[in-house]
Amino acid sequence: MERLRFWFLAPSRLLMAVLFGAPLAIVFFYGLLTRGTYGGQSFPLTDENFARLADPLYLTILLRSFWLAGLATALCVLMGFPLALFIARSGSRKNLFLHLVMLPFWTSFLVRTYAWMFLLRDTGLINTVLQSAGLIHEPLPLLYNDIAVVIGLVYGYLPFMVLPIFSTLERLDPALLEAAADLGARPLSALWRVTLPLTRPGMVAGSLLDFIPCLGAYLTPDLLGGGKSIMIGNLIQNQFTSARDWPFGSALSLALTAIVMVLLWQFLRRKGESFL
Amino acid sequence: MSTVLELRGVSKSFGAHRAADNVSFSIEKGCLFALVGPSGCGKTTTLRMVAGFESPDSGDVILNGQRINDLPPYRRNVSTVFQSYALFPHLTARENIEFGLQRAGAKDLAGPVAKMIELLSLHGKQDRRPAQLSGGEKQRVALARSLVIEPDVLLLDEPLSALDPNLRKQVRLELKALQRRTGITFVMVTHDRDEALSMADQIGIMNRGNLEQVGSPRELYLQPATRFVAGFLGSVNWMGEVGVRPECVRVESEASSRSRAAVVRDVVFLGNCTHVISRLDSGEEVLAEIAGSGVLFSAGQSVHLSWNTTDELRPRS
Repeated sequence: MERLRFWFLAPSRLLMAVLFGAPLAIVFFYGLLTRGTYGGQSFPLTDENFARLADPLYLTILLRSFWLAGLATALCVLMGFPLALFIARSGSRKNLFLHLVMLPFWTSFLVRTYAWMFLLRDTGLINTVLQSAGLIHEPLPLLYNDIAVVIGLVYGYLPFMVLPIFSTLERLDPALLEAAADLGARPLSALWRVTLPLTRPGMVAGSLLDFIPCLGAYLTPDLLGGGKSIMIGNLIQNQFTSARDWPFGSALSLALTAIVMVLLWQFLRRKGESFL
Repeated sequence: MSTVLELRGVSKSFGAHRAADNVSFSIEKGCLFALVGPSGCGKTTTLRMVAGFESPDSGDVILNGQRINDLPPYRRNVSTVFQSYALFPHLTARENIEFGLQRAGAKDLAGPVAKMIELLSLHGKQDRRPAQLSGGEKQRVALARSLVIEPDVLLLDEPLSALDPNLRKQVRLELKALQRRTGITFVMVTHDRDEALSMADQIGIMNRGNLEQVGSPRELYLQPATRFVAGFLGSVNWMGEVGVRPECVRVESEASSRSRAAVVRDVVFLGNCTHVISRLDSGEEVLAEIAGSGVLFSAGQSVHLSWNTTDELRPRS
């Protein structure tokens, strides 16, 4: 039995070691090297790169990333739950709506982010329409700020919130809602006291699926935030490109990975205690 | 005695399927009423129309003299014990019981809840979640949750079907005792005739959306209005328009004034009784359930069958 277990798990373990463990080890190794004078990296080994992480400049960017990713995730919960509820209760058109939620995945994320630039910029659709309607005289500053970044993140990751919430709603026993009504709960009260708490696992899963990629996002803040709204993903990207500081970029990447791992570990530990 | 619940000509169709067809009955306050019938006969649909989960296509549902057809479930003072119990999995037993009281805006939760925990022997289980309760405990929580809001009518959908078979007979008696003690009108749906006969004060028998007959268990068993009712509640030997239950048939070796000649086909010993299957000279097979071990009879033997005319069933249809 134990032998069988070992051999069945062996392929996954090998895959994790080669595709996850080894690259992480390489990144860690790079993080210990010294930056070369003209870029590149060389010996001696040093812990200086990791020490630099404590610099308030980088901590600020990290906190900003947490704030923007958290805000985007919270907005996704607020928008995703009603949408998932609507889809779950739309009967025969359920599949159609689900496909519509997933439709954006058929195009590249990059293209879709550019599309948002065309919508949000000063001469973009929104400003043009509002101006020609006479509602505003100056274009609204919609692009190249935090709001644009959050819009882009919410847009990109909303489906990852809707799908897990939808699947928990689907598994919800309809008799529970009948029981709530039977015991005197009006529809809104039943939603608040029964549906919402029982959908929490879906919201937690969706929040993880949203928060983790949002935290490391670099494309959205780069395009929609311009240079002004920088997140930790952009900082890492800069180290590997313009700053030519691979060792520090590696240290930043490892820090981000560590934060995500701690979050996931906390989640899995809590999940074991919860009722589901 | 006053009527608490009345159905007047209630019909409900799902597409082409007529689930309930012109169903009418009335239920006295404080009694235990059983709706019985084979699966798909419309008994659960009828119960759901009383609860408010389905609305009748035509006819009226009347609770305490008030027509409640158009009231949503949360405005009807009836409560349901679901077949699957439908306990809220995220709430403890106590919170489940409190749910209805809170919705009604009750100020004192602790008093009524403690009374229910006492009544249904749920001591020590109050703080458990449904997943940590046994089947019988879940059922008692479901009962407590519904009874605590003091409904005019408690609806029970197949209350015993989810229980362990060994537990069912005991729970039958407990449920009946609970109904007596609380004085609340119970309406239960079941497909099990023994459950209905042993528990109910009044039984309504449904078949294919029609309510065939309503009456006390004795009335229905002894004076069935239809062949379906007669056959549903027990075996019947039909001889033309007349039926006789197996336990009313006497098997004797000597002829008597009203006896009919027959030949024994088979003798089946069942422990507490014996089945003697014989064929009348007129061709009909008759099953007789007799006390004792039946050693007096064997296949091929000539016998004489008789029964009292008062035991004959004469349904209208």
